[in-house]
Amino acid sequence: MSEQRHQVTVTVNGVTRRAEVPARRLLADYLRMDLGLTGTHLGCEHGVCGACTVLLDGAPVRSCLIFAVSADGHELTTVEGCCETGGALGPVQQAFLECHGLQCGFCTPGFITTITAYLEENPKPTEEEAREAIGGNLCRCTGYQNIVAAVLRAAEIKRERETPHE
Amino acid sequence: MKPPPVVYHSPDTVEEAVRLLAEHGAEAKVLAGGQSLVPMLNMRLTAPARLVDVNRLDDLAYVRSDRHGVHVGALARHADVERATHAFETVPLLRQAVRTVAHPTIRNRGTTVGSLVHADPCGEMPAVLALLDGEVLLRSERDGERTVPAADFFVGPMESACRDDEIAVEAYFPRPPGRTGTDWRELSRRNGDYALCGVGTLVRVDDTGAVAAAKAAFIAMGPVPQVVDLTEAAIAGDWSAAAEHAADQLDPEDDIHASAEYRRHLARVLTARSLKAAYEAVAP
Repeated sequence: MSEQRHQVTVTVNGVTRRAEVPARRLLADYLRMDLGLTGTHLGCEHGVCGACTVLLDGAPVRSCLIFAVSADGHELTTVEGCCETGGALGPVQQAFLECHGLQCGFCTPGFITTITAYLEENPKPTEEEAREAIGGNLCRCTGYQNIVAAVLRAAEIKRERETPHE
Repeated sequence: MKPPPVVYHSPDTVEEAVRLLAEHGAEAKVLAGGQSLVPMLNMRLTAPARLVDVNRLDDLAYVRSDRHGVHVGALARHADVERATHAFETVPLLRQAVRTVAHPTIRNRGTTVGSLVHADPCGEMPAVLALLDGEVLLRSERDGERTVPAADFFVGPMESACRDDEIAVEAYFPRPPGRTGTDWRELSRRNGDYALCGVGTLVRVDDTGAVAAAKAAFIAMGPVPQVVDLTEAAIAGDWSAAAEHAADQLDPEDDIHASAEYRRHLARVLTARSLKAAYEAVAP
């Protein structure tokens, strides 16, 4: 018996995309395999590592713990959508570059999406708040110090960019 | 790993959902937030033939408060419960406890009612429901609606009274009567991990500020939330003695995370601190 397939339509980073997938297709695999958006990484596949975090209607979620069919009709933002219009680095990406917030880069997409959403909610976090904000994401390279610094720097860059030039 | 093949249903109404469960309940699982179910599917610890995805039942995505308590619909995410100011003002324990459920990202998707039905002995929300003497509203095609009090709802580890032809449509968390303070605290290796021991407490005081009632509920200390009445033990305001009394009632197990003795030690320390905090929230 062949598996039943379902049409799944989502808006990813502002673009409407659709693909036909089996019900068991995880959202992360739908993004990577069916839509070719390989920026989203899969680490543990059971919700612990945070590498696959994407924004669903603006809120960070684990894309390994949601089926693509459940996301039908919703809006998604992946790491590919965390840049500026035109493709320049977004504030969080720029801060990771400046603060050496990544080494191998595997976990980075999950951090970028999580922090991008967090700064919308709390534009001026303290160091302790920054540390708590990334508490659900694992990184095996950096030891987190530089990532915490990157959260704080990203908040600064975001404020600078949002302040209208005189 | 990847989840096994499954037949997928996405009902638009509760009526349609219970009809599907009446027909397929024995081989179906209800999918709400999926933050516990999907890991189990991914690891192939479970393999239901069908999933009934209730994420289209937007009517159940509510958190409502009145002067008696807080009603949480099946599709309200933990984050909705955490953010609802009216729910915090009515039953502060909800926000006190839900903030310790996993990480914010998980709370954005996981549902409070789903975690009750999941009945994990380490889950915070079952203990909150048990401490407050709340109840769960279940619905099936066969029986219509029925209400199960918390004391009967948690049957065993990962086992609730929700039958496989039923859907839990709402949880009700009553506001404790009188001048009652509450507190939640737990110890885990890292914030967001499963607690080695967690405790919620409730202390009611009379007009003079004396303790009129005290109660604690524990997680990770038994197969279901453990509720211990501490009124008599706490009446003198000796929190350590009351905590000692509570720990004596508990029979936790050894596992790779902590020994039973260490868990009992944590119960003593956390309960004393928690009772004090709950009391001070309402003390004159």
